[in-house]
Amino acid sequence: MKTTGAALLMRLLERQGITTIAGIPGGASLPMYDALRASSIRHVLARHEQGAAFIAQGMARATGGPAVCFGTSGPGATNLLTGIADAKLDSIPLVAVTGQVPRAMIGTDAFQEIDTYGLTVPITKHNYLVRSAAELLEVIPDAFRVATSGRPGPVVVDVPKDVQLEALHVDVMPEPGRPDPPPPLDPDALAHAVALLSAAERPVLLVGAGVIASGAAGVLRRIAERMSAPVAATLLGLGAMPHDHPLFLGMVGMHAARSTNLVLEECDLLVGLGIRFDDRATGKVSEFCPRARIVHVDIDPSELGKIKQPTVGLVADVRAALEAIEPLVSAEPRKAWRARAETLRATFPLQMPDADDPCSPYGIVRHTAALLGPDAIVTSDVGQHQMWAAQAYPFTSPRQWLTSGGLGTMGFGLPAAIGAALACPDRTVACFTGDGSLLMNIQELATLAEERAAVKIILLDNGHLGLVRQQQELFYGGRYHASRFHAEPDFAAIARGFGIAACDLGDTREPFAALARALGTPGAGLIRVPIERAANVYPMVPPGAANRDMIEEARHAD
Amino acid sequence: MPTDTPLAILRLTVRNHPGVMSHVSGLFARRAFNVEGILCMPIGDGTQSVILLEVADDARLEQVVAQLRKLEDVRDVRHDPEARAAFEAVTRWIT
Repeated sequence: MKTTGAALLMRLLERQGITTIAGIPGGASLPMYDALRASSIRHVLARHEQGAAFIAQGMARATGGPAVCFGTSGPGATNLLTGIADAKLDSIPLVAVTGQVPRAMIGTDAFQEIDTYGLTVPITKHNYLVRSAAELLEVIPDAFRVATSGRPGPVVVDVPKDVQLEALHVDVMPEPGRPDPPPPLDPDALAHAVALLSAAERPVLLVGAGVIASGAAGVLRRIAERMSAPVAATLLGLGAMPHDHPLFLGMVGMHAARSTNLVLEECDLLVGLGIRFDDRATGKVSEFCPRARIVHVDIDPSELGKIKQPTVGLVADVRAALEAIEPLVSAEPRKAWRARAETLRATFPLQMPDADDPCSPYGIVRHTAALLGPDAIVTSDVGQHQMWAAQAYPFTSPRQWLTSGGLGTMGFGLPAAIGAALACPDRTVACFTGDGSLLMNIQELATLAEERAAVKIILLDNGHLGLVRQQQELFYGGRYHASRFHAEPDFAAIARGFGIAACDLGDTREPFAALARALGTPGAGLIRVPIERAANVYPMVPPGAANRDMIEEARHAD
Repeated sequence: MPTDTPLAILRLTVRNHPGVMSHVSGLFARRAFNVEGILCMPIGDGTQSVILLEVADDARLEQVVAQLRKLEDVRDVRHDPEARAAFEAVTRWIT
């Protein structure tokens, strides 16, 4: 078969099962786009490469499969970096393919030349500079193998323009890249873990993104019920257990319900499943679960003991580990511990003031959830709205909640929602965002209008960088600086300007009816919700403090 | 060379291609691991190289090794105390 590097690239991507790619073309990627035109793969034209990376992330997070974005050399590549780094921190299988200047010009500071390889070393699982068209036969399957194996993550493939144009003859196409098999379970560590789980009087399961990545939600639930063990989730573990399961405690850490952190404070065994002991989850690490022994299950060996030394560390796919543990762990009612956990939950529940009012933080989250039902996908940006949604949205299934956890990237929500909607066209996608976050990738409203995706943007507008304002209030003596937006755009008018239906709950005397109408209308829409400007997210663990030391709303009410 | 911290020597077998040194040295920089010395030479037919790293033998060494093992281009990581002679020879050469 006579072909070119660019045509071969598309054929290899098709064979990986890729059907949609988000990107923006440019000089050094024009041969790729010429070949893409002839491919069965659909291209989604983003309006900024960061948007393209997050659209791809939305597809990957919603489905669990790898997704692809394209950028050109130079600024195309640098604009992708934030989205790639975000995928690294949250372990998302993303394959970014970038154009590069021709090989002979590399190192000459050519127009739109940047060292994409060098820039992406610290933010990828692995990266490649392709030096010949024939190398693509190895590099592309390998890129997908790396992105999806073990702990997933982003991969960058940088392809010089002359490699894209290079003619070559291919006799045999390689097999598509597939994930490596998970590591075998260590029988001794497994037996030790089972013994600890069976003997614990006050166990808690703490579930993270690894539970969702490995598809372990079903066996997690069965083990929790068998052990009568309460389950808490990290920000990225939300959805692994249904919100209304009697054993589910909600989110742990900086903005947890007080009862959740107190249950962890009292546990004698913490079973960390696909978690990495992030500081927002643990608070002051030395005082996290101070009475507990720790069983830590993760597929990434470097996570075991990185932050917290476990009593037993199990390098494993979480699902495989839990399926091995399930028949061995003893079924226990643990009545005293369950009763204690119930007492704490009843005494220190999550407070959701004004939840009836659709123009309050918790009210808009709860009303949106009630109107959209359990099938909706929910994305968020980063800030107060993200924490309110994480606390209050009734998640029922894995991959329902897509949020930027590790990197905490404002601007994630809208393009990720577009990607999720493209990957799951029969589902509605709600994007909770703030007026600070939305402006960071607002150009993607054009992409949304073009794709006509079913994305409902719920804009919690308080005229501030709310979480910055909150920290300045609580920890910087109320010395506010650079957290207030003095120019306040008319977001509904802006959305309409992009061709997207919009409503402003501040302009109506019947906000609930307006919300119901907007959410019930097919297609894209923006709903602006004016939010009390001084509203804070509570409870809150001050950065660096122990999780038991939570600031409550009452102590700061006027 | 500081002598108050005991030193260990790691022997890495890596794929020999441009960029592999960026991955290894970049890992040390961004994880704030100290590396006292680096030696690198191709071996065999030149498709692989050996990198010898002289590093602090402290509580973080295990984490360093775990992170190195995750690099795609790194095929093997092992302790190689006998390689101290190589560093001593180089020290004589450059001082």
